[in-house]
Amino acid sequence: MAHHTLHMPCTEADIRKLRAGDTVTLQDTLFGIRDATQIHMFDRGRRTRFDLNGHAVIHTAPNVRKVDPSNTNQAGYEAVCIGTTTSDRMERFTRPLMEREGVRIIIGKGGLRDDSARAFQELGGCYLAVIGGAAALETTWITAIEDVDMDDLNPESLWRFAIRDFGPLIVGMDSHGGSLYRDVQASVESRRAAVLAKLGAA
Amino acid sequence: MSVISTPEKLRVTPDAIEEAAKLLYIRALKILPDDIKQGFFRLDASETDGLARSVLATMIENIEVAERTENLLCQDTGIPIFNVQIGRDVELDGWALKQAIARGTERATREHPLRSSVVHPITRINAHSSCGAHVPVINIDFVETPRTLRLEMIPKGSGSENGSFLQMLIPADGLSGVKRFVVDAAIKAGGKVCPPTILGVGVGGTSDLCMHLAKVAATRPLGTVCDDVEGAKLEVELSEAVNALGIGPQGLGGDSTAFAVHVEIAATHITMNPVAVNVQCHSARRASATFTPEGVVIGF
Repeated sequence: MAHHTLHMPCTEADIRKLRAGDTVTLQDTLFGIRDATQIHMFDRGRRTRFDLNGHAVIHTAPNVRKVDPSNTNQAGYEAVCIGTTTSDRMERFTRPLMEREGVRIIIGKGGLRDDSARAFQELGGCYLAVIGGAAALETTWITAIEDVDMDDLNPESLWRFAIRDFGPLIVGMDSHGGSLYRDVQASVESRRAAVLAKLGAA
Repeated sequence: MSVISTPEKLRVTPDAIEEAAKLLYIRALKILPDDIKQGFFRLDASETDGLARSVLATMIENIEVAERTENLLCQDTGIPIFNVQIGRDVELDGWALKQAIARGTERATREHPLRSSVVHPITRINAHSSCGAHVPVINIDFVETPRTLRLEMIPKGSGSENGSFLQMLIPADGLSGVKRFVVDAAIKAGGKVCPPTILGVGVGGTSDLCMHLAKVAATRPLGTVCDDVEGAKLEVELSEAVNALGIGPQGLGGDSTAFAVHVEIAATHITMNPVAVNVQCHSARRASATFTPEGVVIGF
């Protein structure tokens, strides 16, 4: 298992080096995205003014404090607590995020399914697992909220975070068809019969 | 009909309830109860999978960071739930109590500030108050303890709450049907519910009561045991079964899938066999305020 540091934005070649089970630390920039953000982007045809090409998005809806915009804080928001939500609900947006917006990395918790795995393989992307619920720690990896698009969807806006040493994150799904979630699921299924037999419920 | 009044009553003002509701919501989001912290150390000591141990270590580090930085444990402020236990000899305006809890919840959300995680279910509009129709959820119970009013606050996050399941089994499905349903619910929930979890299981009752029991079970402190003998036996069996599946913390594999399985039971109809599962994630948050004539005690 190798550890990698990736500066954002990154290239397809950077992603192809990662294998499921490796760990990754991200630098520079990260975009926050959520259910409503993607429903608006892909179901309602709304376009973002951000360039997501080669970037990482994280499934989040942060706790923020509104402040007066200034030269040092143009977004007008300070982070209170930023953490990661369950990715599974957003499965169907993986491919459009990659094809239309050029996103290379999706960060979340709980994993994504087969359609996403195929998109990562075909288009050169990956899924990085953050430890869900560990938001106080995650917030310390974010140095500022730099900008926000679709402010009306707050907290499910499209956020641009400045990050430093964001991670370590675990490569949950790689661009070669590897998936820790699929492996665990297969192992769980294979244990199910024995577990039920022991319960007298086979 | 006659009206009886007695001198020895506990009265808690709506203002005190409002302050407590506000304080408890914020406190619950920041400080994890000791029984859950101990649960982490127990799992950490017995976990055999290397990746799972590092996941548990990150979760334990997060608890420390949250307390040191006075930040929220998790960004999900949840659906606010208040369990109110009203003892004998408590004099109370029930309507004022409900209003005060909602005001305290809204003030916590606006003044801290907290992310409001509550929207209208059809328009999806967020009032940024953590309140809405029937929310906060308020459960009221009457208990024997004299001159005691207890307010328990539980912020219920969506990752775990989305892993809720109910099945109206039939008597012919028996107890084995109940067990199979719980194991399959744990498999279906997988890593999405932020394991290690407290898996709450409701057995019996009506459909709504069964689901409520599952929630009560999921939010019960670690170390407590079902007060029904058969329910207590089921807790031990199911806990072992769920942890033998190998789902592990965050669903990345390992022995630590659940801190515990808690069961609550209710009598049911001769033709019914309901079973429900409700999940509490590893950030198993709760806070309480107990009012007595001596004052108010804040705890878990």
